[in-house]
Amino acid sequence: MNMSESTKMTGASALVKALEASGVDVMFGIPGGAILPAYDPIFDSKIRHILVRHEQGAGHAATGYAQATGRTGVCIVTSGPGATNLVTPIADAQMDSVPIVAITGQVASGAIGTDAFQEADIRGITMPITKHSFLVTKPEDIARSIAEAFHIASTGRPGAVLVDIAKDALQMQTEFNYPKNIELGGYSPKLDASPEAIRDAAALIAQSKAPVLYIGGGAIKAGAHKELLKLAELTGAPVVTTLMARGAFPDSHPQHLGMPGMHGTVAAVTALQKADLLITLGARFDDRVTGKLSTFAPNAKIIHADIDPAEIGKNRRADVALIGDLKLTIEALIPALKSEFKKNQPDISAWLTQAYGWRTRFPLGYDHPKDGSVSPQYVIERIGKLSGPDAIYVAGVGQHQMWASQFISYEKPRTWLNSGGLGTMGYAVPAAMGAKVGAPDTTVWAIDGDGCFQMTNQELVTCALNNIPIKVAVINNESLGMVRQWQTLFYNERYSNTELHSKRIPDFAKLADAMGCVGLTCDSTDDVDKTIAQAMEINDRPVVVDFSVHRDAMVWPMVAAGTSNDEIVNARSLAPIWDSQEL
Amino acid sequence: MTQSHPDAPSSSTSFSKTRTLSVLVENSPGVLARVSSLFSRRGYNIDSLAVGPTENPNFSRMTIVINVEDHALEQVVAQLDKLINVISITELDPVVSVQRELLLVKVSTDEKTRSQVLETVQLFRAKVVDVAQDAVTIEATGNTEKISALLRVLEPFGILELIQSGLVAMSRGLKPGSISEDER
Repeated sequence: MNMSESTKMTGASALVKALEASGVDVMFGIPGGAILPAYDPIFDSKIRHILVRHEQGAGHAATGYAQATGRTGVCIVTSGPGATNLVTPIADAQMDSVPIVAITGQVASGAIGTDAFQEADIRGITMPITKHSFLVTKPEDIARSIAEAFHIASTGRPGAVLVDIAKDALQMQTEFNYPKNIELGGYSPKLDASPEAIRDAAALIAQSKAPVLYIGGGAIKAGAHKELLKLAELTGAPVVTTLMARGAFPDSHPQHLGMPGMHGTVAAVTALQKADLLITLGARFDDRVTGKLSTFAPNAKIIHADIDPAEIGKNRRADVALIGDLKLTIEALIPALKSEFKKNQPDISAWLTQAYGWRTRFPLGYDHPKDGSVSPQYVIERIGKLSGPDAIYVAGVGQHQMWASQFISYEKPRTWLNSGGLGTMGYAVPAAMGAKVGAPDTTVWAIDGDGCFQMTNQELVTCALNNIPIKVAVINNESLGMVRQWQTLFYNERYSNTELHSKRIPDFAKLADAMGCVGLTCDSTDDVDKTIAQAMEINDRPVVVDFSVHRDAMVWPMVAAGTSNDEIVNARSLAPIWDSQEL
Repeated sequence: MTQSHPDAPSSSTSFSKTRTLSVLVENSPGVLARVSSLFSRRGYNIDSLAVGPTENPNFSRMTIVINVEDHALEQVVAQLDKLINVISITELDPVVSVQRELLLVKVSTDEKTRSQVLETVQLFRAKVVDVAQDAVTIEATGNTEKISALLRVLEPFGILELIQSGLVAMSRGLKPGSISEDER
């Protein structure tokens, strides 16, 4: 083709050119010895490189970027400690099926295996937590490996891919060889569910008197929210959206029962338990949803749609497996179902009355603390109300995460980002940074806990210096709140090592100020709206609001770990009171 | 067998049995580590694993023997298939496949027992590969049953040392699993 393609260049230049050819517009990273050759051509590239303050931040930022945009996130770090600092975000992205490509420098190929300075076998370390990984020791393999990495990360069930590149491969000369087509013998995701399975699924739905649409994060990954809405309205069945699927189906929709699982709504949990059919779309029967598996949805037949064949039957046996891209699966299911319904449309009105009755009788709620201190749920609810459904909300992990899932209304996909599978405290600030880079015109709120915030807040410096004006609400209950809640409930209120004293130290507003952000504080219910409005007005810098909240607030409802969903408790020591015929 | 979740529903008809998987993989560094790491982190116990080159230098073949239920076998295959370097997986039915393992065993002998041991070797169509003053070393190949039977007979003489290869297996006839088919 053109001259430049056959011109010799360094492996480092080939790397940067391959990233450009893969459509990368931004990456998050920190240079160091082994990756240093790559940073020279990065200096000239049109790709925006954001210099983070810790490699973990680079990884979560890539994840946040990917979750907000649907594109593949990229992070780049050096060998040894740089690479091992990426282990947590790589595992995090892989657990939540987020497409990221992590590029790590490696010591020179001749030194690999000698315990060289800053050497770590990062490919070996990350083998169990990546979708795939490459160790590249020859410059001519760099461009192809990058192309394959993006292909693998972004297709099929998305995931994390690592490309570890030896320093000498970056330094040596090579020709640029970016493949036009990628063919991998052992990798060809199945996109179309079999027509027989589609027919079987439609037949099961047409026989069901008590169906539930059980929606997982796959619905968002597949971009299937519009198709999902059509299918839901065609079936008329109640819908539950898991923690990873919040926003896949509008919270305001009358068929929506909310989130199922350990801290799900009574209606969502109970509907799954009592259903005769679960239409499972891109969900994986995670233990946080099923509770004790042997008692989960005991009377339900299972339709299980997933692009990953290994999810079928992993936890719960499927009666019909729809293996393929969820958008295509639903598109195929709708006409099949319409023709089934022409023959026989079951009457599910009694079931709907029952399910919607649970929603009315057992709504989510919270009390304002009697001592006049601020309710954390109220703060989160107001942030959601005042920022609206177009904003992106990024949570850390713990009580504030559950409340943010429960008390903010999500109407659109990719507006709710969190660490669902791995449960990574410290996810929120760097992931919000990545989301804001991917969606610069959108308001991005990190809803964080005081524990989480102290794990990764140094990325606020990155935000301040790179014009990434995120907003952070620190829901400060001066403790590791979720752990404390378990100590309250299961360890006789013995609060071993959960007190953080974070109303005393650090001063979050001052800390924010020191990092080039605006720091605000709020410790009265009356000031909550005013403070949020103040934060909303600041768009030239990141804002951190320290919301001082009541420390004894708990997340309800709750299904205790390892117990049956039938044992849901909707407030402390208060099981829902059922009509006798319902039990 | 400790497959997946302890609460996982098991079909009442399925029971644990020994299965032989023939797995065609790319001949690239780290593939063995990926496969063994998968088995270890998912909690599948491998009875044996043998790996070696094939007629095509780009591929290696692994023969994996595991003891699992039907339901778990599907999971093992599905999880293995997710590895990018795994090209194809075939379950080999012992009836329509050739299955062999190699045994080297050192048996204690004296003047009285040596002839009996040699007789056993002949009966099992095994080979003596080394003779010493008070021991003979025997090489035998065969399927798992034959190797076990030979060991049972040799046991009373006193087994000083033994080593067994993992099982290797191949389908009979022109069945799937031949590389020419998998390559497409």
